[in-house]
Parts: sequence; structure tokens; C-alpha cells
Amino acid sequence: MTGHAPDATRAPGFVRTYLWSTDHKTIGLQYMLTGMAMALIGAFAAYVFRMQAAFPGASVPLFGRVAAADYNYLVTMHGTIMIFWVAMPVLLAGFGNYLIPLMLGCDDMVFPRVNRLSYQIFFLSSVVLVASFFVPGGAFGGAWTAYPPLSANSAYSMTPFGSTLWLLAVALEFVAFLLGGINFITTTMNSRAPGMKMFDIPIIVWTIMIAAVLFMGSVGPLVAGAVMLLFDQVVGTGFYDPARGGDPVLWQHLFWFFGHPEVYVLLLPAMGIVAEVMVVFARKKLFAYRTIVYSAVATGIISFFVWAHHQFVAGIDPRMASLFSVTTLIISIPVAEMFFAYIATLYGGSIRFSTPMLWALAFVAEFLIGGVTGIFLGSAGSDIYFHDTYFVVAHFHYTFFPIAFLAAFAGITFWFPKMFGRMMNETWGKVHFWGTIIAFNICFIPLFITGTAGDHRRIFDYSMFAELATPEMQSLRILATRALLVTLAFQVVFVVNFVYSLFRGTVAEANPWKANTLEWLAPSPPPHGNFVTMPVVYRGPYEYSVPNRDEDYWPQHEPDEPADPDAPGARRPLQQPA
Amino acid sequence: MTGIPTGRLAVWWVLASEIVIFGGLLGAYIMHRIGHPEWEGQAIHTNVWAGGFNTFVLLSSSLSAVLAHQAAERGDGKSAARLLLLTAAGGATFLIVKAFEWTAEITSGFTIGSNLFWSFYYTAAGLHALHVLAGMVILLFVAATAAKNIELHRVENIGIYWHFVDIVWIFLFPLLYIAK
Amino acid sequence: MTEHVQRNYVKIWAMLCALLVVSILGPLIGIRMLTVITAFGVAIVKAFLVAKHFMHLDIEKRWVAYVLLAMIGFIVVMFAGIAPDVMKHDGLRWENTAAKEAVRSGGGAVAGGHR
Repeated sequence: MTGHAPDATRAPGFVRTYLWSTDHKTIGLQYMLTGMAMALIGAFAAYVFRMQAAFPGASVPLFGRVAAADYNYLVTMHGTIMIFWVAMPVLLAGFGNYLIPLMLGCDDMVFPRVNRLSYQIFFLSSVVLVASFFVPGGAFGGAWTAYPPLSANSAYSMTPFGSTLWLLAVALEFVAFLLGGINFITTTMNSRAPGMKMFDIPIIVWTIMIAAVLFMGSVGPLVAGAVMLLFDQVVGTGFYDPARGGDPVLWQHLFWFFGHPEVYVLLLPAMGIVAEVMVVFARKKLFAYRTIVYSAVATGIISFFVWAHHQFVAGIDPRMASLFSVTTLIISIPVAEMFFAYIATLYGGSIRFSTPMLWALAFVAEFLIGGVTGIFLGSAGSDIYFHDTYFVVAHFHYTFFPIAFLAAFAGITFWFPKMFGRMMNETWGKVHFWGTIIAFNICFIPLFITGTAGDHRRIFDYSMFAELATPEMQSLRILATRALLVTLAFQVVFVVNFVYSLFRGTVAEANPWKANTLEWLAPSPPPHGNFVTMPVVYRGPYEYSVPNRDEDYWPQHEPDEPADPDAPGARRPLQQPA
Repeated sequence: MTGIPTGRLAVWWVLASEIVIFGGLLGAYIMHRIGHPEWEGQAIHTNVWAGGFNTFVLLSSSLSAVLAHQAAERGDGKSAARLLLLTAAGGATFLIVKAFEWTAEITSGFTIGSNLFWSFYYTAAGLHALHVLAGMVILLFVAATAAKNIELHRVENIGIYWHFVDIVWIFLFPLLYIAK
Repeated sequence: MTEHVQRNYVKIWAMLCALLVVSILGPLIGIRMLTVITAFGVAIVKAFLVAKHFMHLDIEKRWVAYVLLAMIGFIVVMFAGIAPDVMKHDGLRWENTAAKEAVRSGGGAVAGGHR
């Protein structure tokens, strides 16, 4: 147990508190706010290229006429930003940093300065990425997967600086998350409150830790691949150039060997948030805690065996394709198992439809659509038809939108009182929820239809393709774009609610939701050092509605009543803390 | 909770992430190498004696690193620091030999862009050399603290990293120099 | 770490150096199979010795070795998934003509090291 005694003797200045802090809560919020700021850029890119798709050639307000090269870099940057600079920092680094020490009952990460370095490198990577918009040639436009030879040779991509800066930014980001991940793992392993056994750890800490291990195990080959791509761009090697003995398929493999586990790196923290929220608002013990942990581990392991389902049409050997189809279908089993456990948690609970709960429930419903449509794409036969159509686009937005936004909103609305000491407005929260959910579905269901009709995803101007430029198809595209505008407009409600609640919300008590986990023991917002007295853990995190108790929750840190040692959920009297 | 001191635990996870980085690069190299038997004609130009000497240097520096750890266990920070400096000197020797070797190869026309074998050769050895350089910086830093007899557990942690760098070279040596 | 076993590090180092000599001399015999064994078999033995005795993996908690082996396992999976496409130059209804041409022409026609 590494202790960092809270240093109450001297008050740090503004820079130490907000900009150069080693406090895990500040760093978590920095990650989260940086991610939200990047989301604005990603959303703006989506707005511009969707306007172009719906109204080709028209001048887009706030942007102007969209050239083909603009369209390419906007699509590329939208994908890159939303995955690497929004979902990763908010879900993994943001919630991970904020919650792990609080939920484990320790005062900080075990390496606070490494943690600060991690955020600083991440911030630098964001600056590099944003800077790439303004270099000669513009930002990289070869899609977020950066397939060579398009990405390897500036004669093809026409972005000599943009593609290199893109690669540099992604590499820096990987370094930042590796440093952060090592911190998460060592903290979870070595710095838990006395009495907290392995299976007393809240699910979200489990899932973030598994995600960190997954990231670590899968990103290595891509780091090596990125160095090779960088050399292809800058010093003229031919690693991915078939004319010089290289092989472009190698990059695709290295990219997706990371890229597919990456999906689960993001999904697992989202699942963790949903579990925490659901349990609190269903007032019921989490169903099958251990099964969920084991399923998460199984998902992680299997995710290393599925990557080539992204490459069924890339010229990989068809015999490998059938192998990867099978593994892809297998991975839906542990994921489905987790969802069944969640639904079983809801069954018979006293459900309260608060804003965080609505987001959590919507996550399950919407991700289900994303998962089910994935079956079509995981099977090599049907994927050959669907590949690179809008069906794929709609599919992964039905997985990533729930992950990056629905789960993140669930988490933010749930932990907002802890983070800032004030409650968010419920009414406006629900307005934001329903507006976002309805508009999101109207946006992407039409894309399933156009995709099935053969709409290719990388076309800048459909009017050039007679069979795709039919009025029916175009009206679906316009419908999707209008729904996107509504979705974006409703995010204003969130921003206003967030800022208003930050200053004017009802003051929150330490445990407004009557939850069990340790972060609710700390004051809201927790001071530097987190806890007034360091907690000791007596039971698992999900003892809700235990019979023969006056209250329907039983916090982890409350000692057992000596009168009733046989109560369900009660644990051995704790030995002296180490 | 794990019974492993936090610093060493973190070093193990760093190594885990390093294994996949080098593994990815060497895996890519091996599959190309097997698919391209004609690279033998290029590999014949690598200098086995320089590579072998460098292997010897790294193995010896690993020995001094582990002896430094042994000294740190006895609480003898002074000799631990001396042995760590010796280890760093081994790293420096390695890099100097490497510099002469590469100069000779580049002047004979074997540059990083001349053939995919040489691309892999310079990329893999370069990535490894970068790790040697980083290790040397940390070695000097740890030696400075160990000489004051503080933070002696760091001696073991940097040692573990250094042995890992050694192991990577143990595999790079046959892959790049011996397989002809 | 508290040392439970007394070991002679210099002796292990001497073994490593002897193995190094074997791996350098192996190819001089000129039998291809023997070269592969002396080069890579010896490398594995050397790595094992360093990991066991210098990194003290033998007295470390057992799962550390398992984590490191799992990472190597991931790389094996990666290799197995990629090699059919990159290492081989033809398969079921496909052919990498550029790579085949490079092998046939001895590499010289594609890019020359000699200048």
C-alpha cells in the first residue's frame, strides 16, 4: 500500500490546482473536458460532411463550399477525433482517473506524476492533431484507418504534412494512454482500501482495468507499424509499398489487430458505467457479479482473435476469412452474457427513471441494435456485400454512439454531484435525453436502408452516380442529415445544463443517490486526498435491498452490526488493516 | 496487495507493453524474411563480429546490473552506484560500436531505403538502440540517488528493464546477423 | 526482493558467453538446420537464463511470468493471423506477383543494396 498523505498544510496556487496538478480528480476532469472540447470539432466535421452528402455542392453555413479534399479530411478527422480524442479520454482516462482511486478508497494514483505526464502528452497530441488542420496541404484525408499506400506516400494522399502530423498525434496519444494504463493497473492491484478483496472491486474498476490491459496488449504491433509507416512517409522506406517488396495488407493487419480490441477497450468501461448506474437506480444487487467479471475477461481475450473481419475484401486468404467469421460470432456470447446479467439485475428491481438511469437503459437498447447488425458484418459472406456501405457506418455508430455518448452521459449525470458538489437539473436532463435518443435513431436508421441499397460510404458527391442519386435515396440522406442537426442542437441543452448546474445547481450531499461504493463516502467534491478518514471495506459493492435492514443500501465502508452476524451479505469481522 | 512493490509491478507492466511493441516489429520482419529467401544476399553484409561483440557487451552490462542489485540488497548504495555506472558504460560502448558499424554500412550503400531487409535492420536495431539510450539516462539517474543510499529499490527496477533490453538484443542478434 | 537462493551470477554470465560463442560458431559448420538451432535455440536458452536468474522471475510471483507469456502469446496469434497473407505469396485464388518477382530475381531488380 503506497500512501500519499494529504498535504493540508499549504494551499496550492491556481496553476498547481488546475493546470499542473497531480491530483487524479483534476487530471480526470482535464481528460474529460479536453475530450468534450474535441467532440465539438468532431461534431462540426460531421455536420459539414453530412450537409454535403444531403445537399451536394451547396454552401454549408459556417464552412462554405465543400471541396472533395475537404470532404476527405473532414471524414478522416471525424473518425479519428471521435474514437481517439473523445471516447478514449472521456471513458477510459476521464472516468478511470476520476473513479479508480475514489472507488478503491485510496488517496491518489500510485504514480501521480506519471499521471500528470500522461495528460500532458495527451494534451500535446491534441494540439498536434488540431495543428494539422492548418498546415500546407491540409489535414490528413486517408480515412481514420490510414491504409497505405494512400497514407504512406504524399503523392497519393496529397497531404505531405497532414499525414505525418496525424501519425505523430496518434503515436503521442498511445504513449499517453500506455502511461495512464500502467497507472490504472498498478493502482488497482496494489492500492486498495484495507478489506477490499478482489471481488469487492466495483465492476467499472474491473472493466477499466481489463480495458487497460487489452489496450496494452494490442497497441504494441501498431506502434511498431506506425514507426514503419512514418519511415515510409519520411525517409523513403518501402514497408507497405508492393513495388519495393513491402506489403500494404501488413498495415491493415497491424491496424486492426489493435483496432478491434480497441472497440472493447471502449465498450468495457461503458459497460462498467452502465452497471454502476443500473444497480443504484434499480436498488437491487447486481446479478451475477462474478459472471460479469469473467465475461469481461473472456471478451477481452477473444477480442484478440477477431480482427481480420475488417479485411474480408482486402485480399486476405478466404480460408482465414471463414476462421475469423467464426471467432467474430463467438465474441458476441460473452458480451450478450453481460447484457443478460444487466437485464436480470433490472428484473424485480424498484426502478427509478432518473436521467442517468435513462441513459443507461438506452445504452443497452441501442447497443443491442449495433450488436445484432454486427452479425451480418462478421459473417464473411454477407460482409462482402455490405463492406464499405452505409450499413457499416450505421452499424458502428449504433455501437460507438452508445459507448461514447450514451454511457458517457450516464456517467457524467450520475457522478456530476460527486465531481462538482451540485446536482444537475433533472428536467433539462430528460429533455436532452429524449431529444438526443429520438433524433439519433432517425439519423441512423435511414443509413441502414441506404447502405443495404448499395450506398458506398466514401463518396463525396452522389449526383455523379446515377443509381445512387435517386430521389428516394437522396430523401433518406436529407432525413438523416436533418436528424443529425436536431441531435447536435439538443447537445446545446446539455452544455447549458452542465454550465448552469456547475454554478447554480442544488448543492449535493456526499451520497445523493444512496449508493454503496466508496466514492460516495468522500465529500462532494472530494478534497485533495479524497477521504476525511481512509475507509475500510467490509463487503461487496452491490448490497442493495438486503432483507432485515432499515435502509435499502449498505455501503461498503459501514461495519457490520454486531447484533446480526448472519445477515445476508455480511462478511467475516475484519482483521486489522495492514 | 499483490505482494510486489508498486515500482517493480509497474516495471513488469512496462515490459509487458514493450514485449508487444518489439514482438509486432520482429513478427513482421520474420514473416517477410521467410517469404523472401533472397534477402540472404543482403544479410550477408551485416557484421557478425560487431554484433557478437555487442552481445557480449550487453550480457556483461546485465551482469553488472544484477551485481548492483545484489549490492543494493546489502544496503551498499556506494558500490551499487558504481556498478550501475559500469552498466551505463556498457550501454555507451554498445552505442559507439553500433555507430561505427552503421557508418561503415551506410558508406557501402546499405541505407535504410535501399532494400526492405535494411529497412527492417535499421528500424529494429534503431528502436532497440533508443531503448538502450533511455535505459542509460535512467541508469545515471538511479546511480545518482543510489550513491546517496536512498531509494535503493530503484536499482532492481532499472535492472529488470536493462535485462529486458538485453533479451531483445539476444533475439535481434541471430535475426539480423546470424541468419544468412 | 529478498534473495532466497544464493546464486553465482558470474557463473551464469560465463554460461551466457559460452552460448554466445556457440551461436557465432554454429553457422561456420554450414548445415542450415544446425544454424537455425544454434542461432534461435541458443537465443531462447539465453533469454531464459537472463529472465530466470537476472530478472529473478523464478522467485517472483508466478503470475508475472504468465502475464509476460500472455503478451508473447498475443504476438503468436498476431503472427498466425498475418503470416498466411504476408509470408506466403499465393493462396486460395490470389497471388502476390510483386513479391514472387522479387524472390525470382533475387531482390536485385526490385531494389539494390549494391551501388
